[in-house]
Amino acid sequence: MITVEHLTKCYGDFVAVSDLSFKIDEGHVYGFLGPNGAGKSTTMNIMTGCLSATEGRIRINGYDIFEEPEQAKRMIGYLPEQPPLYMNETPAEYLRFVGEAKGLKGLQLKRQVEEAAGQTKIEHVMDRLISTLSKGYRQRVGIAQALLGNPRVIILDEPTAGLDPIQIIEIRELIRQLGENHTVILSSHILSEVQAICEKVLIISKGKLAAFDKPENLEKLLLASNGISFTVEALKEEVEEVLGSISLITDWEVKTQENELTAVSVKTQSENMRDICRGLFFAFADKNKAILEMSSKKANLEDVFIELTEGESEVDEE
Amino acid sequence: MIAVLKHELSGYFHSLTAYIFSAFLLAFVGIGALIYNIQSAVANFEYVLGYVCLGLVVIIPILTMRVIAEERKQKTDQLLYSLPVRTSQIVVGKYLALLVVYMVPLCIAALYPLIFAQFGEVYLLTSYGSLFAFFVMGAALIAIGTFISSLTENQGFAAGIAIPVILLNYYSVTLAEYVSATASGSAVSMIIITVLLGFIIRYMTKNQNLAYGISFLIMLAVVVLYFVDSSKFEGLLPDIMTKLSLFERFYTFINGVFDLTAIIYYVTVIVFFLFLSVQSLEKRRYN
Repeated sequence: MITVEHLTKCYGDFVAVSDLSFKIDEGHVYGFLGPNGAGKSTTMNIMTGCLSATEGRIRINGYDIFEEPEQAKRMIGYLPEQPPLYMNETPAEYLRFVGEAKGLKGLQLKRQVEEAAGQTKIEHVMDRLISTLSKGYRQRVGIAQALLGNPRVIILDEPTAGLDPIQIIEIRELIRQLGENHTVILSSHILSEVQAICEKVLIISKGKLAAFDKPENLEKLLLASNGISFTVEALKEEVEEVLGSISLITDWEVKTQENELTAVSVKTQSENMRDICRGLFFAFADKNKAILEMSSKKANLEDVFIELTEGESEVDEE
Repeated sequence: MIAVLKHELSGYFHSLTAYIFSAFLLAFVGIGALIYNIQSAVANFEYVLGYVCLGLVVIIPILTMRVIAEERKQKTDQLLYSLPVRTSQIVVGKYLALLVVYMVPLCIAALYPLIFAQFGEVYLLTSYGSLFAFFVMGAALIAIGTFISSLTENQGFAAGIAIPVILLNYYSVTLAEYVSATASGSAVSMIIITVLLGFIIRYMTKNQNLAYGISFLIMLAVVVLYFVDSSKFEGLLPDIMTKLSLFERFYTFINGVFDLTAIIYYVTVIVFFLFLSVQSLEKRRYN
């Protein structure tokens, strides 16, 4: 559906995107993930023809965005980071303009505007000025605009940024629905959001593709960080002796030790956390040592993200 | 293009822009008609248009200041870029909408000579010939304003640049009488203009080699020409200033001559500045 090959974008000496290549197939929800300034918006702007590339090519359904921009743009609905709305118009006027500019006419235009308004649930505000709408509704009008012309790909740049929790849930639900009939690409720096709605995740860091996989697989990448931490009523030496006898445990670290209480964090390769917790419990119980507290931590996308973009996020605050 | 045109027009007529512009233009025409046609009892409507020219210096920039600058400020230019519409279609659509807004008060003013004709003999041919030329000249000024609006995202700045530029053009003939007409004076001023041109090109293209290259070539040409035949530079600067004046050419029409070369000159200015506006919008994709 979309192929990006060796995409590079420089602003003067600053390299925003460097040699980025990936391929997006039809009919999934994709997530662009990366810290601020990683090049997410730049990449999206180039994919939608809003920005030129320094090098590389992008094909949308076979059409080159630089050489056949009109055909390529017809395949795409785009919502930039800041919804491009005319504040002194009503959503009805605004959507009619965008529809006409996308080549819709007459009955078809009317039907598609109604359909987009229905999908984004903005029918009851169609005749109010956009400047009087809340941020959540403005975002919906922006999404409705992207839906016009029935594009096959919908690209949303940080669609939930700045919304309240209820609006975020509603927009996510809307994106999930859109994913049923369209290929959706959204960018975000919120991990839980990407984890919740995207079927595949591209992690971008410093303009480079750091990872591209399903969220579950990305988590598996970092199984080593599956860990258990517990506090036991025993001395450090006693704890180490017990841990050494449990074969599934590969690595451990004693964090603190005071008043005969030892806090330990354990790393494991095993997927079955329950077995290890049970093993730990009985091993210490056999020695007559009480475990006072135990918690297990599963690796999540956040760990993958931090691991992959480590040390780079603080540089690019924009 | 039609979609952009319709959208712009509905914007102008839904807001006060079109009405205020019409009101001011008609007020100028009305005052002019009062002074020349009614008070002095002169039957020539074209004199009124000559008087209104100074009004255009202010009201055209105010009409054009927001046309592209506002898109940038509201970030709606991103929408325009992502639509399957060419940049040239966007610029032409916007420009045609401005022309319609400009034409509305002129259509009303077009009734005046007919009304005056009820009370005496009016030279309708020169009146309407001048009115047509007035429209085309205004269209050229609008193209200049559109280009200036495409350079910035600040409306006030766009108007603040466009007014002096058009005012300078308005007074260029008067100023031409005061500048040096000697060959050496003209040659020096050509070189100064070339240096300025170089800076402008450098600012617009961010390409030093191109800017300095062009400046250097022109300067070289000036110097060579000056030493080959300095008489060519005799009175060159005032001549150029007079030739560049959009308003000076309009006065020919007022004097009853339908000057086709002037119309062609206006159309060239329109095409040139619309082309620059498209380039200015395109450039934003490349920075």
